[in-house]
Amino acid sequence: MAERSANIIEIRGLVNRFGEQVLHDGLDLDIRRGEVLGVVGGSGSGKSVLLRTIIGLNRSTAGDIRVLGQLTRELDDEALRRLQTRWGVLFQNGALFSSLTVAENIQAPMRERGDIPPELVDELAGLKVKLVGLPIDAMAKYPSQLSGGMKKRVGLARALALDPEILFLDEPTAGLDPIGAADFDQLIRSLQQSLGLTVVMITHDLDSLVTICDRIAVLVDKKVKVGTLEELMRDPHPWVQSYFHGPRARAAGIAAD
Amino acid sequence: MTNQPGWIKLAQERDGAVLQAGGAWTVEYAADLDRQVESLPKESAAQVLDLTEIDAIDTAGAWLLARASGQGEGQEIPWRNLAPEFQPLAERVLTAGPKVTPERPRARTITDWVADVGAGVEEVLAESLNLVAFFGEFVLATGRVIANPRRFRWVSLLVHIEQTGINALPIVGLISFLVGVVLAYQGADQLRQFNAQFLTVNMVGISVLREMGILLTAIVVAGRSGSAFTAQIGTMQVSEEVDALRTMGLDPMEVLVLPRVTALIITLPILTFFADLMGLFGGGIMYSVLVDQTFGQYVTRLNDVITPTMFWVGMVKAPVFAILIALVGCFEGLRVTGSAESVGKMTTRAVVEGIFLVIIFDALFSVLFSILSI
Ligand SMILES: Nc1ncnc2c1ncn2[C@@H]1O[C@H](COP(=O)(O)OP(=O)(O)OP(=O)(O)O)[C@@H](O)[C@H]1O
Ligand SMILES: [Mg+2]
Repeated sequence: MAERSANIIEIRGLVNRFGEQVLHDGLDLDIRRGEVLGVVGGSGSGKSVLLRTIIGLNRSTAGDIRVLGQLTRELDDEALRRLQTRWGVLFQNGALFSSLTVAENIQAPMRERGDIPPELVDELAGLKVKLVGLPIDAMAKYPSQLSGGMKKRVGLARALALDPEILFLDEPTAGLDPIGAADFDQLIRSLQQSLGLTVVMITHDLDSLVTICDRIAVLVDKKVKVGTLEELMRDPHPWVQSYFHGPRARAAGIAAD
Repeated sequence: MTNQPGWIKLAQERDGAVLQAGGAWTVEYAADLDRQVESLPKESAAQVLDLTEIDAIDTAGAWLLARASGQGEGQEIPWRNLAPEFQPLAERVLTAGPKVTPERPRARTITDWVADVGAGVEEVLAESLNLVAFFGEFVLATGRVIANPRRFRWVSLLVHIEQTGINALPIVGLISFLVGVVLAYQGADQLRQFNAQFLTVNMVGISVLREMGILLTAIVVAGRSGSAFTAQIGTMQVSEEVDALRTMGLDPMEVLVLPRVTALIITLPILTFFADLMGLFGGGIMYSVLVDQTFGQYVTRLNDVITPTMFWVGMVKAPVFAILIALVGCFEGLRVTGSAESVGKMTTRAVVEGIFLVIIFDALFSVLFSILSI
């Protein structure tokens, strides 16, 4: 089967344009099965748009995207919906359903499947809540009653509800305290290892980049540069240099003083 | 994925009974696995859960395996031979602790129902009080702005005049026209029996000017603009924009409520005037069709029977209704809490309460006018 190829996502010649503003121009990117790919880039460089394009929320101006061996552009609604159950997404601002409780938010994707017995849905929701490190009493709360970091965790729990093959995370650790963030990293890592998950993670958190990312994609000049941390540190591009050799990178122990 | 569906069974080995599980223990097969696990004998003699043949596992599967081995429910059976790549996940799930399930709402009893009624009554009372308090705040804010007119939001006022007034002209006009037609038709039909069809003009004139014009306009505006006010302010409330205004030292009453109320005070009388015209026009068309008279004769007769008082009786209600509709709309909008659902609920409420108050006040006006014998 085509899906068995090493690359779980292949992007070729992607162009994204909003009016005059060109965000991506001939962007190529391969994401390997089972890796954790960190995506970095300046604010407004189009990371979120790239993610939205991959998951089919944003129609690209040009270019081909293959996810799990299927060309998303050519899929009909039914096939796209089936494909969508195979990935989980954590949006930058959580995007929780405001009229549902935390428990119901996490259960929503399981309920939609229709064949999982209700008691099991309840139990799994409880499990997911604990897996992402939320207090149990949060389950009955509504999103408007949660802190920013808790919303992130609920978003992750919902993204993991159906144990997807690919996990897209838009700044998962932003807004978490450092201990919580490190925990989150470990959680993602262990899930990824046991489930063979592929994780695409937009992040500004240099610690996450160091600890859990196998490779890093840097969005510069409307394209991406991909490589391991060591490779990118040797890249001569000025933005990449200042990113991986800046004071914060030094603080995170990436670059030597 | 093309894995074997998961299975679990009780087997006999040399050193005793063993639970064996294999295949894919994933959410895909969760329903079936759940059934298999549940049908295992509760008090089995199994000493160990053998996982040699597991070839895929996810959190749902691990959870079900934990359940199969009685984890977290006293009698626990150790696991063995789980492939090393699945170990971290299993550990995560097992150390997550005993099972918790969200509380399910319990069945409702008659006492709940009675309590609901009581709570409902209490809420209506509290709501009325709050609305009165809100009106008080509004008056104070108006006073502050009159003392310092530069604080008034002129642009916002113009935008709302356009949205609530100019854009509402077609629908208000059409409805009034049709109601005029219906009134004339019904009136002429009945009055003909007394050979008094010419009195249709009196009937149309009085009912349109005194009641129909203003009432129809107010109801349309409550449905159209009162709801819009609630939805606009409610959505801002959900995205914390109203809080942001407050932290900037801006008073939502001045920034959001005052321009909207003022806009309706200006547009509702104009819309009412327009509705009066269209109602009389519709009545005239029907009259000249049914009764053997021309439209010109209708106008002449109308001129004889209607008085300025009739017009003003309808017209004085307009600003009062405008304040009621706009205040209720803004009030409910500001009461929205956190969720999208709440916006919908409050919008419905604003329309219902707006129309209800309009009709109550219309009745009060009737009483007042009869006392004054106008
Ligand atoms: N629907 C849209 N219409 C027009 N412009 C858009 C749209 N969506 C995004 N943009 C623009 O595209 C650019 C990139 O946005 P994007 O959200 O991808 O940034 P980002 O890289 O995720 O930044 P951040 O790190 O701040 O989240 C921004 O300049 C934004 O204004
Ligand atoms: Mg973004």
